[in-house]
Amino acid sequence: MTVSEGFEDMIAIINYNAGNITSVARALHSIGQEFVITDDTKMLDSATHVIFPGVGAAGEAMAYLRQKKLHAWLKTCFQTGKPILGICLGTQIILDHSEENDTDCIGLVAGSTRRFPDLLKDDGRVLKIPHMGWNSVEFKRPHPVFAGVPKEAEFYFVHSYYPSPEDEAAVLGITDYGMSFCSVIAVKNLVAMQFHPEKSGRPGLQILKNFCTWRGNDF
Amino acid sequence: MISKRIIPCLDVRDGKLTKGVKFEGNIDIGDPVEVAREYYEQGADEIVFYDITASSEQRDIMIDVVRRVAETIFIPFSVGGGIRNLEDMRKVIGAGAEKVSVNSAAVVEPAIISQGARAFGSQCVVLGMDVKKVDVCSQTPSGYEIVIEGGRKFTGIDALWWAKEAENLGAGEICLNSIDADGMQDGYELDLTALISENVHIPVIASGGAGKPGHLADVLTKGKADAALIASMVHYRTYTIREIKTYLRAQGIQTRMLW
Repeated sequence: MTVSEGFEDMIAIINYNAGNITSVARALHSIGQEFVITDDTKMLDSATHVIFPGVGAAGEAMAYLRQKKLHAWLKTCFQTGKPILGICLGTQIILDHSEENDTDCIGLVAGSTRRFPDLLKDDGRVLKIPHMGWNSVEFKRPHPVFAGVPKEAEFYFVHSYYPSPEDEAAVLGITDYGMSFCSVIAVKNLVAMQFHPEKSGRPGLQILKNFCTWRGNDF
Repeated sequence: MISKRIIPCLDVRDGKLTKGVKFEGNIDIGDPVEVAREYYEQGADEIVFYDITASSEQRDIMIDVVRRVAETIFIPFSVGGGIRNLEDMRKVIGAGAEKVSVNSAAVVEPAIISQGARAFGSQCVVLGMDVKKVDVCSQTPSGYEIVIEGGRKFTGIDALWWAKEAENLGAGEICLNSIDADGMQDGYELDLTALISENVHIPVIASGGAGKPGHLADVLTKGKADAALIASMVHYRTYTIREIKTYLRAQGIQTRMLW
C-alpha cells in the first residue's frame, strides 16, 4: 500500500521474542504515539510504519523470523516504500550475513555484521567488549529521522557486533570505539541504528518521534 | 569515544528511597520514581536501584517501583538486592529493568550468573561485589575479600579471583563496592578499583566513597573505572549531576553533556 497524507498512521512493532519490545513500546507511549505489537503479517501489511527492534543473538532471531515468514515479509515491505526502523539486533540482521552464530540474515542491505576485534585500544588502554555505554554519532548527511537531534547528542549502545554495509552510501552515521564503525544505516525508506533510541534519553525519543511522522522520503 | 558513566544509586526499602551509612541506620529520603525522574533530567547516564526490603511479600512493591520507573525514564537502569534465582531476574527484567544485579546469591550459587546470561544475555547480568580490605594471605592473595549479607559475613573468597570467575561465568559488568569506603564520602578505593578493572575485560562500576566531584575524577582515571556510582552527594543535594559532569569535563574526562 502507499502511504498518503490524511491516512491515520499506524505504527507496528514487529514481535519476534526479541527482548526490548516493551521498552520500545513504553518509549512510544511516552511520546503519545499509538502502536500495535504483532507478528501477524496481515496486521503488519496495514501498518504505515514498521519498527524492527531486537536484543539477543542473530541465530535465534533469524530462526524465529523464518518460522514466522517475517524475513520474507520484511523484504517485500522494504520494496513498498513503507518506513522501516531497525534497532540494535534489528539493524544487524537486515544485512546479508552475521558473524554471530555464522547466520544468514535478511539481506535488505548488502553487507555483513562483524564482531569487534579483540584488543581494540584507545590511548593504549584495551577497550572492553561489549561496547556498552554512551557514545556519539557523526552524521554524513542530514536525514529527516534525525532532524532536531543536536550533533553533540550521545546514544546508548550495548553490542559486541557491528553492521558493515558494502555500499558507503548506506552509511549515515559512524561511531568511534577504538575503530570507526557504521552506527546508522539509511537506505531509501529504511533507517537502522545500532544504538537504542528508546534508552537514549530525549535525543532518542526525538528520533522515534521523527520516525513516526516520516513518510519514507527525503532521505 | 565512549563516555564515562555517572550512575546514581537508589537504595529502596518498602518502596521508599533510603540512605544508610555502612549498611546501618537507614532513613527514608523520598519516592524512588520521583527521584529517578529528577536524576534522569539532571543527566544521569544510568540508574541503579538496590532493594533492601526485608520480607518477600514486600518485594512485589519493588516490582511495582520498577514498572513505574520504566514508564518514566528512558535511560538504562538496573535492579539488585534480594535476587535469588532466574525467576527473580525474570520479574525484574519483565517489569522493565535493563539489567539485574546479583550479589550474595551468586556467591552461594555461582550458576545463577551463567543461567542469567543464557536466558537474558550477558549485558543484562551485573555482578555486585561487596569487598573488604584484609591481610594478604594464601586464601585472599589480592588482599581483598568478598563479604555478603550487607557486609556482615566474610566468605573467605578472594575478590580478584571472584571477579575473573564471574566474567568467565558470563557476567556482563561488575559493580564493585568497597565496604570500607561506603557511606564515608571520603573517596573511592582506588587501588581495589584499578586492580579489578585491569584484570577483567568487562566494564567496572566503582562504588562506595563518593563525596565530591574530585573523587569521581580520581576513580575514572587512576582507578580505571568505566563508571562511577554516587549516592549521598546527590541525594542530599550537595551537588547536581550536571555540576559533577561539568567538573569532570573540565578535567578532560569524556562525559555525556547533552540530554
